[in-house]
Amino acid sequence: MRTDSETLNVEFTVNGEARRVSIPPRRTLADVLREDLGLTGTHLGCEHGVCGACTVIVDGEPVRACLMFGVQAAGCEIETVEGLALPDGSLNDLQRSFSEHHGLQCGFCTPGMLMLGTAYVRRAVAADRESVREVVSSNLCRCTGYQGIVDAVCELVCHPDGTGAGEDPAGDS
Amino acid sequence: MKPAAFTYHRAESVEHAVSLLGELGEDAKVIAGGQSLVALMNMRLARPSALVDVSGVRGLHHMVLEPSGELRIGALVTHAAIEDYPLVIPGFEILPKAAALVGHWPIRTRGTFGGSIAHADPTSEWCLVAVLHGARMVIEGPGGSRTLGSEDFFGGPFMTDLGHDELLTEVVLTEPRERSAIREFARRAGDFAIVSAAVAYDIVNGRMSGARVALGGVASVAVRAPAAEAELEGAEATPEVFARASRAAAEDLQPPSDLHGSADYRRRLVRVLTERALADTLAGD
Repeated sequence: MRTDSETLNVEFTVNGEARRVSIPPRRTLADVLREDLGLTGTHLGCEHGVCGACTVIVDGEPVRACLMFGVQAAGCEIETVEGLALPDGSLNDLQRSFSEHHGLQCGFCTPGMLMLGTAYVRRAVAADRESVREVVSSNLCRCTGYQGIVDAVCELVCHPDGTGAGEDPAGDS
Repeated sequence: MKPAAFTYHRAESVEHAVSLLGELGEDAKVIAGGQSLVALMNMRLARPSALVDVSGVRGLHHMVLEPSGELRIGALVTHAAIEDYPLVIPGFEILPKAAALVGHWPIRTRGTFGGSIAHADPTSEWCLVAVLHGARMVIEGPGGSRTLGSEDFFGGPFMTDLGHDELLTEVVLTEPRERSAIREFARRAGDFAIVSAAVAYDIVNGRMSGARVALGGVASVAVRAPAAEAELEGAEATPEVFARASRAAAEDLQPPSDLHGSADYRRRLVRVLTERALADTLAGD
């Protein structure tokens, strides 16, 4: 049987900090973050790309960290839930919105939901509730607390009347 | 849920990838986005001895519309890149609609068009589009390059004509059509489709021309539905014609029965989804 005789040196940044790890090729990015770097905020649920609990941001895009090997992250900029809070430790806008809208119950899916939401909030300029629901459908919440999660993301990207937020109403501003 | 050990090899070019695949032998696999392969490896349904990572290879990220009307798609174009493509690609408006049906957003950011074709899942949206648009697969191997039509490329579920030392580098979609649509049914948003249907046709002198109907989930590979196409060809695009063609699509099919749905259920889905896809083609009128 083949064993992990080979380890590879891989460099990338995590939450803006340069990191270097020596890892066997079969170690997923999720395990590299958790086991090698101690960043256990990234959770592992199904480990085959279905539940989304391990969602992190790689080079600006949301990805499943269980479906990417650490060696594939060489040179990438990785963002995890540990990087969301402000430098003084206070919650950022999305985290506060999750808290205010009861966007979590047991909290297991929350890091993945937050990273998915972070990537979405950055690019959503005119979201409606339906688009937010479509995005959130990517990740499982076994407490079935989806309404609060959708409310929390909507708070940042949807208009209160349900139409797009972030649009500059022509001539009105 | 941890993969078995393997050796990792980063390909610098298509030639390098082909030569690595030749050296590493039959148990090596190509990895691009890895969105199907890594899941299979985590479940140990796949245990490759080596991975050749082609994600850094340049020159496979293109989408080029040829003067002939054909569209060349590089193997490493991601689903998300197709979904978010800022321009309308005339004759292939189905592409962003199909892309949006592939998995979920965090899957689409890494999964690739070529990877999906090479993986050959019988319900894959891209395999369906390839059959709909008479795709030609461009393959690089130790002996140079070769091209295969979709009927020769797809051999069965998760099986293609690709040799272990060959790399799919490009897919050429042919037969552009003015109108096209795709529909699928899955138990949950983002799941694998149980049945999918794609349709395309031109309008010539008020009648449908070059009609194509392709179905996924009803056979070991995506298939055309010639009886449905015959109903559409030369007819006016009306709900009555669409209903007739959809019934024809479902007839004579011998779809598989499994825990996701019986053969009868799948035939019913074919009729409904084909009719809905055809109705979608009138949405712009």
